[in-house]
Amino acid sequence: MTLAVLNISYQTLADALALGGIYALMAVGIGLVFGVLRLVNFAYGQLVMAGAFALALASEWNWPVWAGILLCFAVVLALSVLMDRLVFRPLRTQSPAVMLVATFAVAFLLQSIALLWFGSLGKIAASLAPLNRPWQISGVDIRKISIVAVLVAAACLVLLQLLLERTSVGLQMRAASMDFRTARMLGVRANRVIGGAVLLSGLLAAVVAVMLTVQNPLVTPDFALRDTIVVLAGVVLGGLNRPVAATLGGFAIGFASGLLGGALPTAQSQYLPTFLFAAVILVLLVRPNGLFTRDRGSVERV
Amino acid sequence: MTVLVLEGLSVRYGAVEAVRDLSLEVKPGEIVGLIGPNGAGKSSTLHAIMGAAPVAGGNVSLGGSSLVGRRSEDVARSGIALVPEGRRIFGELSVEENLRLGLAARRSRTGADAAIERAYELFPIVRDFRGRAAGALSGGQQQQLAIARALVAEPDVLLLDEPSLGLAPKIVDVVFDALTAIRDAGLAVLLVEQRAQRTVALADRSHVLANGELRLTLGPGDADDTEKLVGAYFS
Repeated sequence: MTLAVLNISYQTLADALALGGIYALMAVGIGLVFGVLRLVNFAYGQLVMAGAFALALASEWNWPVWAGILLCFAVVLALSVLMDRLVFRPLRTQSPAVMLVATFAVAFLLQSIALLWFGSLGKIAASLAPLNRPWQISGVDIRKISIVAVLVAAACLVLLQLLLERTSVGLQMRAASMDFRTARMLGVRANRVIGGAVLLSGLLAAVVAVMLTVQNPLVTPDFALRDTIVVLAGVVLGGLNRPVAATLGGFAIGFASGLLGGALPTAQSQYLPTFLFAAVILVLLVRPNGLFTRDRGSVERV
Repeated sequence: MTVLVLEGLSVRYGAVEAVRDLSLEVKPGEIVGLIGPNGAGKSSTLHAIMGAAPVAGGNVSLGGSSLVGRRSEDVARSGIALVPEGRRIFGELSVEENLRLGLAARRSRTGADAAIERAYELFPIVRDFRGRAAGALSGGQQQQLAIARALVAEPDVLLLDEPSLGLAPKIVDVVFDALTAIRDAGLAVLLVEQRAQRTVALADRSHVLANGELRLTLGPGDADDTEKLVGAYFS
């Protein structure tokens, strides 16, 4: 069954929404840390990769699904905290350029460790494969994971919004991302706020790892690498320093990626990233502040 | 007694000495003015107290314990609140959220709502606008919000960095009247200002800072002595 006008199947539409949701979560994960540290964590994809490998190992050891997911969360959170303590905090006072290079270095390091440990052939994370089977909705077959991913992403975003708007920690995080210096002089603990952002960012990375492994059960050291780069493009496209805009950017590029992936003939789908990045460059030439921002304020250099 | 004491304080940014050998104290229930021309080192003094400027020498202590080397948030949590220059309000947050942020430095776990009520009573305009985005307020309203935000932490010491900057005389009246009430409530107030005459008239004593050094100390009686004021600024 297809949407006659655009020649896009309902499955493709569902996939696009799901990918949009997943990319939106990654965008938030990256945005949270950027907000408080003014640091783009280029190693974010490696956090997802680590979570995916945890799921693969649990699958190999025949652990029950819930145990595998727990391991995934534990590994990602531990790695996030380590990254923060060993890399982000000591370098907090350095220039943005130093911090950027540091996260690149961490990304390469983690990828190399994964390569040495697991080899380039990778491992299979098969535990959640049943979600690839379809549900029947009014005569149309849609994979369960597509719907689950959309629902999970929506739920995470709503929960996060509630946390930011209704709790004092959330308020402090929002204030810190606007004016850290003044927030600290009001008594907001820097380490608490940064730790909170890192933790939330890690939680989201773990959720993304679980959902991505369903459709891509082969976990290799460059797992989620391409996704991270696309998400970063989407975040810049949406407007890096505005949280809602960044999330929308992540969703938009995920959605576009999903649609194009489904609509393009297979032979040409390898050029998908090229199409996307070309579109991003075009948009940035016209609107350097991003698509979804209202003010024409100063452009932040990343 | 929680007295704020500066002893021989020196603040240096790299090679530039912003404050040199400054000594003063502020006791509970008094307003001490710190006046002087632009670039005199007044803001640097307040920032040094808050742990946001590099202290090159001397000491800052509150109630006997030294504050030098402590993080800004720890200084705030030990009972010193700063009303920064230019207000530094979080424009995208609501007025009430801005106020609630000030609660972060509270030393007592209870009484937050009562503290907010007291702030509303002192500055009714803040209550009227509590749901609006803080950025929509006028300069004078934002100044009142900034002071209210500092007060909800129930500090022992209140530092103000040029609160009358850019405000109409009528609003300056409102702010300075509030400072009198704050002083009478028992806080120690250190008021940095460029408006020399009004500050000298209000404060229990005013120190004149020029080129980073303390030049002169004036009492309220000197408020109308323009010769003395001008001389102090340009000595």
